[in-house]
Amino acid sequence: MDIRRKLEVLADAAKYDASCASSGSSTTRRDRRLGSTEGMGICHSYTPDGRCVSLLKLLLTNYCVYDCKFCVNRVSSDTPRARFTVAEVIRLTLDFYRRNYIEGLFLSSGIVGSVDGTMEQLIAVARGLREDHGFGGYIHLKLIPGASPELVAEAGRWADRLSANIELPTEQDLRQLAPEKTHAEVTGTMAVVADGIAERAADARAGLTAPAFAPAGQSTQMVVGATPTTDGVILATADALYRVQKLRRVYYSAYSPTPHADARLPALRPPLLREHRLYQADWLLRFYGFEVREVVAPGANLALDVDPKLAWALANRDRFPVDVNAAPRELLLRVPGVGVRNVDRILAIRRHHALTAADLRKLRVNWKTAAPFVLTGDHNPAVRRLDTVGLKRSVQPTLFDDLGGDA
Amino acid sequence: MIVAAPDFAAWRAAARALLVAAVPPADVLFDDGTAPGLFAAGELPPAPTAAAPEVPRAFVALAEAVACHREAQRWDRLYRVLWRLTRGEPHLLALATDDEVSWLLRAEKSVRRDVHKMHAFVRFRAVGGHFVAWHRPDHRIVRRAAPFFRRRFPEMRWSILTPDESVTWDGVGLHFGPGVPAGAAPPPDVLEDMWKTYYRATFNPARIKLTAMKKELPVRHWATLPEAAIIPDLLSEAGDRVAAMVAHAEGAGSAAAFMPAARDLDSLRAAARSCTACGRCGPGAPPAFGVGPGGARVVLVGDHPRASGAADDLLAGALAEAGFDPAAVYRTHAVKRAPRPSPAAPREPHRGAGACRPWLTAELAALAPAVVVCLGPHAARAVLGPLFRFAERRGEPVAAGPVARAIATHHPSAVLRDPAGTGSEMGAELVRHLALARRLAARGPE
Ligand code: SF4
Repeated sequence: MDIRRKLEVLADAAKYDASCASSGSSTTRRDRRLGSTEGMGICHSYTPDGRCVSLLKLLLTNYCVYDCKFCVNRVSSDTPRARFTVAEVIRLTLDFYRRNYIEGLFLSSGIVGSVDGTMEQLIAVARGLREDHGFGGYIHLKLIPGASPELVAEAGRWADRLSANIELPTEQDLRQLAPEKTHAEVTGTMAVVADGIAERAADARAGLTAPAFAPAGQSTQMVVGATPTTDGVILATADALYRVQKLRRVYYSAYSPTPHADARLPALRPPLLREHRLYQADWLLRFYGFEVREVVAPGANLALDVDPKLAWALANRDRFPVDVNAAPRELLLRVPGVGVRNVDRILAIRRHHALTAADLRKLRVNWKTAAPFVLTGDHNPAVRRLDTVGLKRSVQPTLFDDLGGDA
Repeated sequence: MIVAAPDFAAWRAAARALLVAAVPPADVLFDDGTAPGLFAAGELPPAPTAAAPEVPRAFVALAEAVACHREAQRWDRLYRVLWRLTRGEPHLLALATDDEVSWLLRAEKSVRRDVHKMHAFVRFRAVGGHFVAWHRPDHRIVRRAAPFFRRRFPEMRWSILTPDESVTWDGVGLHFGPGVPAGAAPPPDVLEDMWKTYYRATFNPARIKLTAMKKELPVRHWATLPEAAIIPDLLSEAGDRVAAMVAHAEGAGSAAAFMPAARDLDSLRAAARSCTACGRCGPGAPPAFGVGPGGARVVLVGDHPRASGAADDLLAGALAEAGFDPAAVYRTHAVKRAPRPSPAAPREPHRGAGACRPWLTAELAALAPAVVVCLGPHAARAVLGPLFRFAERRGEPVAAGPVARAIATHHPSAVLRDPAGTGSEMGAELVRHLALARRLAARGPE
């Protein structure tokens, strides 16, 4: 099979993995001759599905002995199969990188032979890039859950980011759709990475120049909508991963009707809006000081018609209005339509003068949404609407128009 | 007074002199030389003798960025803010709502975004051993963006051409030169087809978000991005690709599609007759479901049905030797039909086992035996998962579900193939494992 056909098959097979952003690394590696990781991740292109192309995202092979129902590469799928050699992936990465098409490589693999054998192949690509070619660009390796700790540790030496996919939010979902995997195995692998990162940090604090270990941290991915599990349970799982495994990111991937999907899965259009709401809710947990139970009850799903922050505000009107000139940061962060950046600007400005409604508009706060929830230095008549029945309709963005918007 | 300010250094020197001489912003007009001037530039005040007032570092950084902005009014705006900063409003930059400050912040953001887009959208083409790109930024950012490329591509020789200015890295230093028109862009690179192949493959036609895409990948950059040329094709194909995906998903691939609502043995056996999941079975070749008593405590699982022969006899003998009543044992297979012999795939392909597995799973669930004996590695993997290591773990009772246990042992035909003959160690092992299975079954669940 020629390399172009392999690229077609193995990029297609890798595209369902959402956990792919090149952000969060800035390491200068020794003996680097080509490539850098600096600042925020760079999206080198965008596909018509609105997704950023920052990395060459590939599977080393899409042969797989596992039978995860939502995965196009599962053993029982009759998808076309291909397999790259280590040298081919290295060549492609360097060629694309030199033309500035990409930030680096995101490499995953189906499981062939043994778990450790597969992991070793992935590592061989990363090590080859770093050692033989002085490659200093971004490398994200997917860990094979259950790989031996020594291999996970070696992967961390070469990669900027590591990830082991949790796949599904509950153990029961996994049993049903990914019978070969268990949460214990996945989190066990995550724990090895978490330890490696903590150890590296401890060495650095002690003044030792320890070699890099997954400087961009670790992430994971969960498929959403392949089972009836609720958003409440999904977010609780994500929250636990943030706290226990210190993950940098949890990615949510709306289950897509993959070609060759198992017939027991719903053949529907992916729940994109739900995925979007999950990202918004996740954002609230990480940057806005919300707790899971505030955002959604365990057995419930997020509302689709309003974003989770607005939904919280509507359900907790007794906490409003918030005085933008006096309220503490935590409270300002809870005002719908006002993002983190604007909260910081408000705090800076009010040291010098009181903010008026006009000031907030100039900051490009989403005023339509925020107005009924804030007191400003001047008279804000919108506050009177706070307790009215029609509030939700008046502040609600029209359905879908906030896709991609600010929280 | 009109002051010439072709670049940041000139503006900075002029602004300092004006500030020291206390010339208010209303009396100055900066001219960056891009528009034909109506008046000749005037004389600057004499070189300052007094020290220039302290200027916040944040302002200098902001001014450096704004200096790259294409708007001619940037110098006047910068001077007005500088004037106020040094005349009683030292905290001015914190007031993002101030009209002058907010213009500067927006200009800075626009420049920052443009630099970022240049870092992202420059596409080098190999010309001999040299890498050359032509790019059209919005602002005059070549000098601001170039160091990034130096850090990123130190081992390459490269040039980036833009209409305003060009820059070349020779491995030692950055060299800036004049602007170059679009016609001077290098010819396409052989790798661009590979890149388009990748771009096409990584796009998921089931989720088109064109507005989101255009926001991040402004159409005015499309001309210099090789992959953008195939976007219209991708869009026009998308509907068909999704339809094909969904059609495929609903049909074959797994026996799960043929599963009946009732999961008792008779219903399963009846439903399996219409299974065409992997194409082995059909009207003239129905699946061979298991045989034996529904209440059996021991189930033997083979790989796939085959014509009876010596292996059957060997198994019957081994069962008897292990103390089994053959009539009390249920016998079935991981795949319900033998593969059609194919020269391309002489060995059992994974696909059949995966497609057929739902039948075995449902069959075992309906039987709920105490012990499952897996004959050979294929059967063992079908029951215990694909990573089960047969060679190391055969003969070991392992959990197979909440109550049942499984034991993997040799397939009788493997014993037959053993060069040492039927009296071999393999045959003896088979009998030992079967005997162990019988004892486990007799003991009942733990
Ligand atoms: S072998 Fe199994 S999966 Fe294939 S058609 Fe027959 S019963 Fe169905």
